[in-house]
Order: sequence, then C-alpha cells, then structure tokens
Amino acid sequence: MNMELSRRGFLKAAGVGVAGTTMGAFGFADLEAAQAAAIRPFKLTNTMETRNTCPYCSVACGIIMYSKGDLRKGETAEIVHIEGDADHPTNRGTLCPKGAALKDFVKAETRLKYPMVRKPGSDKFERVSWDQALDRIARLMKDDRDANFIASNAAGVPVNRWTTVGFLAASATTNETAWLTYKVVRSTGIVAFDNQARV
Amino acid sequence: MEPSPHTATSNPPVAATNTNLTERDLVRRSASTVPPPARQLEPVAKLIDVSKCIGCKACQSACIEWNDTHPAIETNTGVYDNPHDLTPDMFTLMRFTEWDNPQTGNLEWLIRKDGCMHCEDPGCLKACPAPGAIVQYSNGIVDFVHENCIGCGYCIKGCPFNIPRISKVDHTAYKCTLCSDRVAVGQGPACAKACPTHAITFGTKDDMKKLADSRIEDLKSRGYDNAGLYDPPGVGGTHVMYVLHHNDQPEIYANLPKDPKVSPVVNAWKGMAKYLGFAALGLAAAAGVLHSALVSPNRVTREDEEKAEDLVKEKT
Amino acid sequence: MTNSWTDIRNTDLVVIMGGNAAEAHPCGFKWVTEAKANRGAKLIVVDPRYTRSASVSDFYAPIRQGTDIAFLLGVINYCIQNDKVQWEYVKAFTNAAYVVKEGFAYNDGLFTGYDENKRDYDRSTWEYEIGPDGFAVVDDTLQNPRCVWNLLKAHVATYTPEMVERICGTPKDKFLKVAQMISECSSPTKTMTSMYALGWTQHSKGSQNIRSMAMLQLILGNIGVRGGGMNALRGHSNIQGLTDIGLMSNLIPGYLNIPVERETDFATYMSSRAFKPLRPNQTSYWQNYKKFFVSFQKVMWGDAATAQNEFAYQYLPKLDVPAYDVLRTFEMMHQGKVNGYFCQGFNPLLAFPNRQKITESLSRLKWLVTMDPLDTETSRFWENHGEYNNVNPSSIQTEVIQLPSTCFAEDEGALVNSGRWLQWHWAGGSPPGEAKHDTWIMAQIYRRLRALYEKEGGAFPDPILNLTWNYQDLEEPSPEELAKELNGYAVEALTDPADPAKVVLEKGKQLVNFSVMRDDGTTACACWIYSGCFNEAGNNMARRDNTDPDDTGAYPNWSFSWPLNRRILYNRASADLQGNPWDPTRKLIAWDGTKWSGYDVPDIAPTAKPDEVGPFIMNQEGVSRLFARGLMREGPFPVHYEPFEAPIANVIAPKIRGNPVARIFQSDVAQFATSEEFPYAATSYRLTEHFHYWTKHNRVNAMLQPEFFVEISEQLAAEKGIAHGSWVRVWSKRGEVKAKAVVTKRIKPLICDGKSVHVVGIPLHWGFTGQARKGWGPNSLTPFVGDANIETPEYKAFLVNIEPTTAPVSV
Repeated sequence: MNMELSRRGFLKAAGVGVAGTTMGAFGFADLEAAQAAAIRPFKLTNTMETRNTCPYCSVACGIIMYSKGDLRKGETAEIVHIEGDADHPTNRGTLCPKGAALKDFVKAETRLKYPMVRKPGSDKFERVSWDQALDRIARLMKDDRDANFIASNAAGVPVNRWTTVGFLAASATTNETAWLTYKVVRSTGIVAFDNQARV
Repeated sequence: MEPSPHTATSNPPVAATNTNLTERDLVRRSASTVPPPARQLEPVAKLIDVSKCIGCKACQSACIEWNDTHPAIETNTGVYDNPHDLTPDMFTLMRFTEWDNPQTGNLEWLIRKDGCMHCEDPGCLKACPAPGAIVQYSNGIVDFVHENCIGCGYCIKGCPFNIPRISKVDHTAYKCTLCSDRVAVGQGPACAKACPTHAITFGTKDDMKKLADSRIEDLKSRGYDNAGLYDPPGVGGTHVMYVLHHNDQPEIYANLPKDPKVSPVVNAWKGMAKYLGFAALGLAAAAGVLHSALVSPNRVTREDEEKAEDLVKEKT
Repeated sequence: MTNSWTDIRNTDLVVIMGGNAAEAHPCGFKWVTEAKANRGAKLIVVDPRYTRSASVSDFYAPIRQGTDIAFLLGVINYCIQNDKVQWEYVKAFTNAAYVVKEGFAYNDGLFTGYDENKRDYDRSTWEYEIGPDGFAVVDDTLQNPRCVWNLLKAHVATYTPEMVERICGTPKDKFLKVAQMISECSSPTKTMTSMYALGWTQHSKGSQNIRSMAMLQLILGNIGVRGGGMNALRGHSNIQGLTDIGLMSNLIPGYLNIPVERETDFATYMSSRAFKPLRPNQTSYWQNYKKFFVSFQKVMWGDAATAQNEFAYQYLPKLDVPAYDVLRTFEMMHQGKVNGYFCQGFNPLLAFPNRQKITESLSRLKWLVTMDPLDTETSRFWENHGEYNNVNPSSIQTEVIQLPSTCFAEDEGALVNSGRWLQWHWAGGSPPGEAKHDTWIMAQIYRRLRALYEKEGGAFPDPILNLTWNYQDLEEPSPEELAKELNGYAVEALTDPADPAKVVLEKGKQLVNFSVMRDDGTTACACWIYSGCFNEAGNNMARRDNTDPDDTGAYPNWSFSWPLNRRILYNRASADLQGNPWDPTRKLIAWDGTKWSGYDVPDIAPTAKPDEVGPFIMNQEGVSRLFARGLMREGPFPVHYEPFEAPIANVIAPKIRGNPVARIFQSDVAQFATSEEFPYAATSYRLTEHFHYWTKHNRVNAMLQPEFFVEISEQLAAEKGIAHGSWVRVWSKRGEVKAKAVVTKRIKPLICDGKSVHVVGIPLHWGFTGQARKGWGPNSLTPFVGDANIETPEYKAFLVNIEPTTAPVSV
C-alpha cells in the first residue's frame, strides 16, 4: 500500500525550484558508461522502501526506511538506511540530527531482545521465556487485584477502583497500541493510569 | 508563495540507475594528466546560508549515516562542537562562535558548517603527489580516491581551509565527497537533504548564486549591511559557498579565511609534477620542497611519511 | 496546536517563548525560516538563555524563568493602554462584554473565596451575572464596570513595563520593543503565531502561562486565522494521540471524564454535563456529550452495555481524588501503598522529579514491569552504577520483569502530530531477537488475566470478562481493527429519525464521522474526535495526496486531521461578522449568504449565520473567554506567582509562596529551599542533538553531544572559580549531580527586584545506560510539585548551588 504513493501531486505543487532545474542540468551518461572509480556504488540500489514517521518529536516527519528483504513478502527485513521523505508536506525530506540517525536507534546495541527477570535482592537480570514472563505478570495482577480491589466506598456506593497497581503508558506508541492499552487497563479498574503527556 | 528552493525534490532511486559521473568527466587528476573531458557538466554548488543555520548538526548526522562512518564518542570540553575537530570519520562539523557584535552590542551565535569547500582551483589536488589519489570532475566536485592515496598528508598542507584528515586505520586521507555517489544519480548531498531549515541547499552554481542574492537582499533588509556571498576568488571560487551576515569579516566565523589562496609553493610543485612526472621526482624531493615551505597545519607524522615512501617505492 | 506546522509559513510574526523550537522541533521550525524568507516575517525569542532559536531571531529578550505571566500581562496592558486591540474581534468573539457577578474581586494576589487551609477556592463568584431570560448578561458598550473587559483592564494595570523589568529581569527597553512588535499584530491583516512547549507547561502555574498568551492572541484577533493560533509544540511523536485517547487516570477518550464518587449513577453524571448555551443561538457542541459517552461504553463492553444497566456505567472506576497523576502515584508508592507498576515506553527514574524519592518509591514496589525497545534506567533502578546510581541491590526487594518491545520501524499504525494530523505508517524491519509489538504484549496480558478470572473467579470480573474482544486473531488485534474501533461503527442499523423505515447506515458499517453518533446504544466509537479517520471510504489516515490548492499550507488530503479533517481550529473566527475574511489574502473560509466554505472544513455548522452563531462552538457562550469563570483553579485571570523555589519574593504579593492552589504533599514541603540556602535559579531543557533519554543509546547522537554538562554565565564562572570545561557539582535540597561546565555568553545574570540573579542551565539527556558517557538528569535536583490544574512538574524553575569539583567515580 505504501508503495503506491503518488508524488506527482506534490512535485506539481512544489513547483520547480532551483533544484528542479538542477537535476536535469547535471547531465546523465549513457547506461553503458562506467561510473568513475572514486565514486561509491549507490547504496540504496535494489533496497525496499517503506514509509514511516519519525518516532521522536511531534513534528512527525515523514521518513523512508530502506531495507534488505521485504516484510510484505514474509521475508526477514533488515533496515540499512533511513532518510527523510521528500513527498512529506511538513519536513519535505529534511530531518533533524536525531531523525537523520534513526537507523542507529533501530540497531542500537542496547535494543532489548529477550524478556528478562530480576529477582528480589538480585544484582542481575536473567532470561525467561515470554510464557513465563506473561503468566507471572497475569498472576501478580490477579492476586493483587483480588486482594485490594475497592468495590464500594464507606457509603456503600460502588466505586470499582484498583489503586495498588499503576500503569504508565508510552507516548511514542501508535494510537492503536494506545487504544488497546486503554481498553485493557480500564477494564481492570486501575486508576493510577497516566502517560508522558503529564510531564 | 512557494518556499525557497529545496534540495530534495524527489526521493533517492532504488532501481538501478544511470550514472552521470564517469571517468570521462574528470578535468583534473593528481600528479598525472587526464584527456580533455568529453563534455562539460553544469557546475554544481552547495550553498550554506549561515544566517538560516540553527546549528542542529543534522548535516553531521546525515553525513555519518550516508557515508557509514564511525566517529568516536568524545567528551564535553566546554563547547557544543562535537567531535572537537574534523576527523577521518567526520567530514563536516558545526563550529560555534559566540560573538559580541560591537556595533549593536548584541550577542550573536555564529554557527558555521565546516568541511571541504570543493575549490575550483583545489590546493589539495595540486599538492598531492600520488597519481589519481585526488580527482576533480567538470561539475566541480573534488574527490579522493582511496586506493591511490599514500597517506602523505600533503593534501592537508595544500588545503587553504585545513580540511582533509588522515585515517589511522587505513592511512589514507578523508574529506567530504559532496556525496559524489548521490550526485551521480541526480540526488543532492545527504547534508543538504537533511538540513531542517534549508540552510544548506544544492543545485547548479548559477542557481545557488541567484538564491544567495535573494538571501543577501533579505539580510540587508534586516540590518545586516555587510551580508554577502563567500565564494573566494583566491581558489578560483568554490563549489561550497556561504551566505554570511558579516561577509566583511569571515574570520569571525571560526576562522574562515578572509582571502584563501593556493600556496605558491603548491602551484610550483604542481607544475613540476605535471612536467617531470611523479616517479621521476620521487616523494622525498617533494617532501623537501613542500615541507620546508608550507606553514599550514601539519598532521603528518614521521611514520606516516616513511610509510608513504614505502608505498611509493612499492608502486614505482 | 490550533494550527499546523505547515501553516506557520503564513505568519507575520513568530513569538517563541516558553519553548525553543529550533532546538526541539528543527523540521517544524523550517516553517519559521520559510515565513521569514518568503514573507518577511519577524521572529522574537524570549528566553532565559540565548538559544538556538534566538540565534536566528530578529529580536531576543531575556527573561527570568517562571515569570512569563508578568511579561505577558505586561504586553496585554501595553496593548490596552496603546489601543492596540482588534476591537471588532474582541467585541464579537470574546466574553469581553459579559458582566461578572457582584462579589467577585481580586486583592493582594488572591481572588474572592480563597481558603488557605484547603489551598483552594470557593469559585462561586467567578461567574457571569445571569439575566431573567436565563442567559448571561452582556454589555456590548463595554461601559459596565463589572464587564470582563473592564475587570481585565484593571487586573493587568499592575504589570507596567517597570514592573515587568522588576519581576522578569527583562530590561524595560527590550520589553517595550517586544510589546510594540507584538501589538502591531492587532491589525486584522497582520498575524502572530505563538510557538510554545515545556517552557510554559513545566511550572506550578503552567496552565496560566499558556492562558496568558491565549488571552493576548484573542485581543489581537489571532485565533482561528492562518498564520496565527496557539501552537503547543508537543514533545513526543504521539503524545497528542495518547492525550486524545485519554490514557490518564481521569479521562475517557476524546476529553470525556471518568466519573467521580459523588456521581453515583449515570443520570447524576450527566446532570452536570448538559452544557446549556449561555447565550441565544449558540452551538455549545458538548451538548452531544451523552452520544460520545454511550458510544464509548458500547465499544468497550458491547452487548454488556445496555440502557437497562446505564450502559455499564458501573464498570468504570469512580475517582475519590481529582486524579491519580504520576506525582500522586509516586507519593502513594513512597508511602508503600502501591504494589505493582507498569512502565510502557517510559523511564520515570529519569523523567520524574526528585530522583531520590523515585528510587525509594520504586524500591517499595513488590513488582515492576517494563516494556521498552531500549534498556532503560528505570528497568535497572536496582543496579549499582557507582555515583551514577548509588543503590544496594540486595536491599531492594522489587521483582522486575523487563519486556522487549518493537520500535517504530517494526510497527504499523497512526501517530498524531502536534497539528492533530493522524498519520499512518508501515512496518519495514524485522524485530530483533524476541521483541514483540506492544499490541501483542497488551493482548497477552489481557488474555492471561481474563483466563484466570474465567477459571478462578475473583473481584468484580465483569468489566474484564465482558470487554469487547472480537478480533480476528484473539492473540494479537491488528492495527486496522483497532483503528476501526477508534473511528466507530453502527451497532445496529441506523435509521433516519425523520423516516424510521429508511436505513442510513447498515449494522456493522463504519461511521462516516461523529455527526451520526447516537446516545441510545446503536453506535459504538472509542474516540469521538477521531471519528472519520477510518470510515467506509477507507483508512483516511493513510492518505498521501500532498497537493495544496492555492498554497494555503492546509494539505487537506494528506492523512486525516481531527476533528473532521479540520486543519485550523476555530477557523470561523478568520472571518468577520459578515462572514468575510479579516484578511482577504489569508482567506480560510467565507460565508456566501447561505453557507460557509473555503480551504478548510468550517469549524461551525455550514449554515450557521455569521452574525448569529459564535465561532467558539465548544463553549457554552459561543465566544472565547478572556475571563475563565471557574474553569481554572487559580482564578479567572492569570496572576504572577513565583516558582516554589524562587530567587526573590513575589513582588506583587510578598506573602504568597509559589502558586497558592498548587497541591503539595506534606513530605515534600521540607525539601523546598530558599534563596538564602540555594542562591542560583536553575532551569532544565533539551538539546537538539538528543531526544530525551533515548538517543543516548544511539552512537551517532551520543557522539554529537557525548557528555552531561551545565551552562553558566562568564560572571558566575568567575565568581565561583569555575573553568571552562571543568567539573562542577550542582546540588539542590534534594540531590546533587556532577557535570562539565559550559561557560557561555548566552547566559547572562539578570537584575530582578534589584538583585542579581544567576541562571544555571541543566540539559537532560544523560543517564547510566546507552552509548553516551554516564551522567545524571536534572530530575536529581527538581522539586516534587506540579501545576495546579494538571500536575505537570515544575522542572523549569528551581534553586541550586554550584561549585568546582572532580570527576565522578563509576563502578
């Protein structure tokens, strides 16, 4: 879907600025002509493009992620480069020093890869399976909710609050994640519910 | 009411594409000659409008990512400049200067993006004793060819802007390529595309001069009477130009040279190399001529020179 | 933002105050440079520091942090004194003419009704006089001494240029220059935009900072017009979305409220939400509240929410306090009243004030679950990192479960930008290791918890067991399915009210937008303001047509802008009482005698007559409020209050410390310092090279700004013997940090009330995980107090001391 994107409209709207005339003026050699020795082969050739949005500030710059491998074909995809999307009305291809280095956020050494548990009093994390981690979380929640749920106040009026567990939500997740998080948290009666907008 | 020109009017191609920079487009090749180019490419230029620059370092970030370099994580030394200087892994650098304007009494934070100026008359290329280590295309790009570089450091001596840096890893010289690989497929340099405020733009040199004129007019209307274009004639003009609010004092922008020139010694050496040929002269002789005469920063260690000599001997 | 990033190109004057757009939003700031380059716009920056924004400004004025209200009320005073008012706009579109009740007064920094013990007001006098017709009394001649305009005029008279200089430290001539430049925008053909961010919100009176500028913009006629507006530059990529969807203790998506205890049933809850118009013919759009609320209950609990059970009203928790915001929650945690805590993509160890208290609080949890793509400090709060995190793991009994989540590149869905655009994005990379989508993680937690309730029973399982969960893959709902819930759908076939035989929308179809929502349970919608984002026309958030007819900057077919794809809020106010644009060159919409139309979706009923229906349709008045009635806790007009830790006493009300109604927990009071103990005025901020505590994990950004530093003036450095680039210790009453000293001309001492005030600037991007050098955040130093209305912590103004020191010791 994201590949069927028209940039014609924007180019028309953007008019032909200086750079518009420039590209034609650069001159192009015949297909057969060999690129000069000094020049590195163009590294995006034969990569996959995917449209995304910079996850940092709320300018929400359009970006293009270039990958080896195509997720849409069920392949493993490795992002090899990220650049601003020239079709995007707000950033028009530009990116700030954070957006321009997004690839190194995706590939940061300190990206988390496995669920971990740190036991009480321990000085280290230990790897666990997702099932172990999730079952443990569900059990901890259930036990605490059953023990501490406040069904009604002193006047006998239903209040249905759970105050002994809190949930702090992200600010860079999608609306869809936010909504699913809202549903789950609200259904439990958690009231200590907040997000990054607070700070 | 369309905003000023953009470098990025289209996204990079991902399909195999024609190249527009070929060996036939070379106009100069260090320590050797090239046949007259088959055609004249339209000269290009990067325009850096210092008055629009917010010093965000997106240019540095985009440069690292595009060129796959790995600058070291240093420390804070009391300034915003990081790394502290150009390195073989950092081809461009924001240099920050806090300047009290004596006329207005106001503080100005002058932020200049430093890097290769792509001189029309390139001192680095002229000083270079290694055949084909530095080349110039008819569009004005000056590029380093690492396979041919011997790491002697004379390009640094020959450069009036103190730009190239020698890698301790492969002992060859590095600097901005003007993203020759991008220009070859019709894209502007990575820094220009990234620049959030379009302080960096890229296009034909003629167009960039016209854009500069409109910027200078705007700056003059805001009281910058000495606003102007930095395109120094001493090096034949440059393919990286600045719009400066105080063009009468380029030196206040982190020592941008007021009237940069290719050293006469380099010009003389260039002449010798051209006529005598590199092999005949030998590196030691070249070193003697250049070393004694040039006062520009010398980052070449004795070891580097010996290594270079060895390399040359092997080649010859 | 009332407007959008791309609209900033239409402005004549940009005022950056309470923010630093060039630094924090560089690509949005491009539209400032474009406005400057293409229409000769001017840029004013008012900030304690000469910032990156200031470096490209036309005029810079210094100000002491925490004194913005005095400055802005000073500008309002200047405009009134010099008749720089967009009179037609003010008279028609604000409540200037409304008459306030007898009994309302302001004296010595306080309004009528203050109760010192409760730190709160009885706000009953902060209201309009209501006439015999049931509507608010107005005096269009503005002669009544009790009309809002005259009360405002008297209120701001205190803030003379001399008083502004005394409080703010802004030299009088610089203040006057700024005031003069701003006042020119009272012309109907000149517009100013306000770009602000955390520099205004992170104060104990943050809401009133923003209100002060909003009032000024109304007086200048700059709300609802192209190139104008109040533009909050939100911090994170989807902080707008998280706010819209109401992930807060007291919110329901779309700015509806969670009930409080006294609202014991649905009828009581609705009784205070009738939103009857306060003037004839006004829209008062919140009259539709019940439709939005019932549709929310239906999307949550489907068939279990019926008219008979008040649409499952009792499934919602009832609050006993205004909100369980993070400050309250960490105070409770500190008291041992919280057992478990989830941090989804959040790093409170570095993000919340008084780190010592945060560490102690987390240590009192039985368990902590973190979900993050990165190895955060919070997930390792128990780990010893020498001086950087000096804890003893063996004494911390908290079980910590760290879950790896995907990042943007591996994720699909929509983010809402600051200009309210919902932009869809696609996944392009495979997650590392076993990292999982947040949607999968949340679904798994829910599914397993639900299974336990199904099997074992337990406390009030109904809202959990009956939660709507009709996704194709029960283990992981798809982004498209969730987006469709956000848009809303018909629960039953919707029929035409005029012709019950006629079906206007079949059962199960997506709602076209919120205008078709019902309060009888036949429609379901998660977030009414988003309705229209994913209707039967498809996923409108994924639209990528970037044409912009007549270059207005609207880009109407690019993604989807809430509400109703409207690009500029209050755009009806861009036209006069006849419906003609104030500025024909900046037309947005116009009245053609029968309807509104133009470049944007009209922010009013298309047939609402321009001389009858006011443009501020969400307000019961139909006009905007220069006088806020009882809606702000401090008072209907802003007042200058000092930060809780201030270098001088409050000049206009010396007995008042901080904001008189800000909530203070007893345990924090002893940790507020005076200027005798801590003489320097500190502030915290972000740098352009980094994003919060994320990019220090990124080698490139870690290189661009590698090490924690503080910024001080040359004068303070000389006084303290601090050398450029040397180590300093900075400490407050709550903790200490060690940093490199950046000695700069960009910070200069200010003279406030005759006293020299030194500013210490503390950026916030370092911690003990990631690639950058280890360091601290300013939250080791900041006070545990928030804004009186919304509890945003006071990070921008506090007191510290500073001295030379040696390098810190790691482990």
